[in-house]
Amino acid sequence: MSDKQNNSIAFVATSVIPESPPPAGDTGAYKWVRDNLFSSIPNSILTLAALALLYSLLSNTLPWILNGVWTTSSLAECREVLNGKSGACFSVLSERWNQLLYGFKYPTDQYWRPNLALVLLLIALAPVLFFDLPRKLLAFTVIYPFLAFWLIWGGTIMVPIVALIGFAVAAVVFQKLGKGSFAAGFFGAIVAALVIWKVGGMLIPEGASESAMLSSVPSRDLGGFMLNMMLGVTCVSLSVPLGIALALGRQSSMPLIKWICVVFIEFVRGVPLITLLFVASVMLSYFFPPDATVDLFLRVVIMITLFSAAYIAEVIRGGLAALPKGQYEAADSLGLDYPQAMRLIILPQALKISIPGIVNVAVGLFKDTTLVSVISMFDMVGMIRGPILASTEWNGVYWELLGFAAALFFVVCYGISQYSQWLERRLATGHR
Amino acid sequence: MKNTVILGALTIAGLSAGAAAAGTLDDVKARGKLNCGVTTGLVGFAAPNASGEWEGFDVAVCRAVAAAVLGDSNAVEFVPTTGKTRFTALASGEIDMLARNTTWTFSRDVDLKFEFTGVNYYDGQGFMVPKELGVSSAKELDGATVCIQTGTTTELNLADFFRSNNISYEPVPIETNAEAQQQYLAGACDVYTTDASGLAATRATFEAPDAHTLLPEIISKEPLGPLVRHGDHEWGDVVRWTLNALISAEELGVTSANIGEMAAGTNNPEINRLLGTEGTLGEMLGLSADWGKNAIAAGGNYGEVFADNIGEATPIGLARGLNAQWTKGGLLYSPPFR
Repeated sequence: MSDKQNNSIAFVATSVIPESPPPAGDTGAYKWVRDNLFSSIPNSILTLAALALLYSLLSNTLPWILNGVWTTSSLAECREVLNGKSGACFSVLSERWNQLLYGFKYPTDQYWRPNLALVLLLIALAPVLFFDLPRKLLAFTVIYPFLAFWLIWGGTIMVPIVALIGFAVAAVVFQKLGKGSFAAGFFGAIVAALVIWKVGGMLIPEGASESAMLSSVPSRDLGGFMLNMMLGVTCVSLSVPLGIALALGRQSSMPLIKWICVVFIEFVRGVPLITLLFVASVMLSYFFPPDATVDLFLRVVIMITLFSAAYIAEVIRGGLAALPKGQYEAADSLGLDYPQAMRLIILPQALKISIPGIVNVAVGLFKDTTLVSVISMFDMVGMIRGPILASTEWNGVYWELLGFAAALFFVVCYGISQYSQWLERRLATGHR
Repeated sequence: MKNTVILGALTIAGLSAGAAAAGTLDDVKARGKLNCGVTTGLVGFAAPNASGEWEGFDVAVCRAVAAAVLGDSNAVEFVPTTGKTRFTALASGEIDMLARNTTWTFSRDVDLKFEFTGVNYYDGQGFMVPKELGVSSAKELDGATVCIQTGTTTELNLADFFRSNNISYEPVPIETNAEAQQQYLAGACDVYTTDASGLAATRATFEAPDAHTLLPEIISKEPLGPLVRHGDHEWGDVVRWTLNALISAEELGVTSANIGEMAAGTNNPEINRLLGTEGTLGEMLGLSADWGKNAIAAGGNYGEVFADNIGEATPIGLARGLNAQWTKGGLLYSPPFR
């Protein structure tokens, strides 16, 4: 039986053929290279061209970077050390790094203050950015702006405390009165805060700033990348709520509110940012007496915030428009009033749609903070273009300085965009 | 450096009574600090050093005025201004004086309502060419490509010069001095033209400065000097005579080294009046008697300030040229202290 069976299908193997490795041409690096780089003649040509380009780029830049000089004290010395070879003069970074990061007037022994503020910023942002973290951390986020103000500007601690009390009282008043009518709560809160600030301002003794624990640093002395970060963080965090308010206002059924928002948005979007900055720095000083001007930093923050709020408002309007009308009707049919409907149903969905746009505006805004260098504020680019390139030691160093600035900005902007991609994935709830 | 007159005029058009009515001199004394407008950075003229202290040729004028008025050359708040913000900063009272290599022109003096208190640097537009071009005079530049900053008076001066000499050129428009350096070194243009002091400073940063030469022709007048608001003559006098004190000190041989000795009294009555040991010049200005001594002690006389910041021993290496004393063939000529 078995014999017959063996004979009848002699061509059937009786044992499993042992596994053998795939042919050399179909495995590993070789296959990958052939499939991805040389799959056809045009592709091969493209690959070779790209390789040639890469080679010429790297063969020019790598020796320049690796030969870099880090320890000389002027460009002329760099050239002596290099002696005709190609090489970067990174000494300018090692000598002036503190000016690039903090500006040239921030007291050197106080650098720990902005550093600490930056570390605390990360802590304060964490619960906002990553909502899996315990909500109690938000308490620190609320205190952070006042703490950071005190750390960076110094002076008497009474100023941020009074400001904080003012906001706290305003919040309480809004809670109490806002239940009855929104307008009463809103205006009551503003009046309460103003009263607190006025009274508190009178209580702070004259000259308290001189004897304060942290020496006072005027806004004029801020500079470098610190200034870019401060402007970027402040303006983004202020312009998102303002942008939401403007976007909702533009859809309002109250004609006055609607038209104020429309005119504001269209006006600001039609004016270049640099014009607004010039107005902030130049024109406003005509409207105030010489001794009573508003702080330049504050003026610039207001202008950049208004500018980016208008853009964010349009982005959010796009998100609102993308929601099906049924969502609004569903909210109405549940009997929710306007604030509830917005807070619980409309905005969570609209904001989720708007995230890429908002991040886009935020990244652009952060880079736009370098524009303040044209109104003689010494942000990072201002420091490079002004004081550092105008010093007799470093006049003529361009690539190293601007490359450093580009690298710092790239790190921050790339971080922001990575975060937004994570956020989109995290919030994806199956609409696609 | 020279354009933006229109912008300045526009912004100042809105101003009539904005300028501080009270005397600037009293304001400065009450404040205990001089607010002095400088550039955001120009090699040799004004720039903060590695430790953040301002230094330069224009900065020295600010320090001398502060020393004359307040007796302390460090009692200065330096307000950096750009070419676009400088005039509004002065007109609005944000700064007390502007020492920012600003050219004294008719329209700035008359139309913008400022008062130039003298000239601390006589500049003029020049040309720089590579030596290998073999050119020794700007008149041989027929058909040359010229790097030129757009929107400045240097552009207009250049057109005038070539037209009046009946030769042609091809402009390569550029935006900033930094860009010009790169373009010129890359060979995008044969000639680079801007203020002669700027050319010298630019050349000093080249890897091989000797391979480039400045042509002898200077085709425009650019007298640079400090300025104050129109109408406050007491303050204008203080700035004007502080500058004159520095110039006179060089002429009279008063230096920061021998000033202590000289202040004890000399046989030369003019030196005595300048340093306040004779006469009441300080009182007339509303300052202390030793105002001139303080101003000179701040950074030395004009010659010392020049030599320290932009002179031939520095990397910028400017010769005195027009900025020599009148006794040595230059234009510096201070009225007498009497």
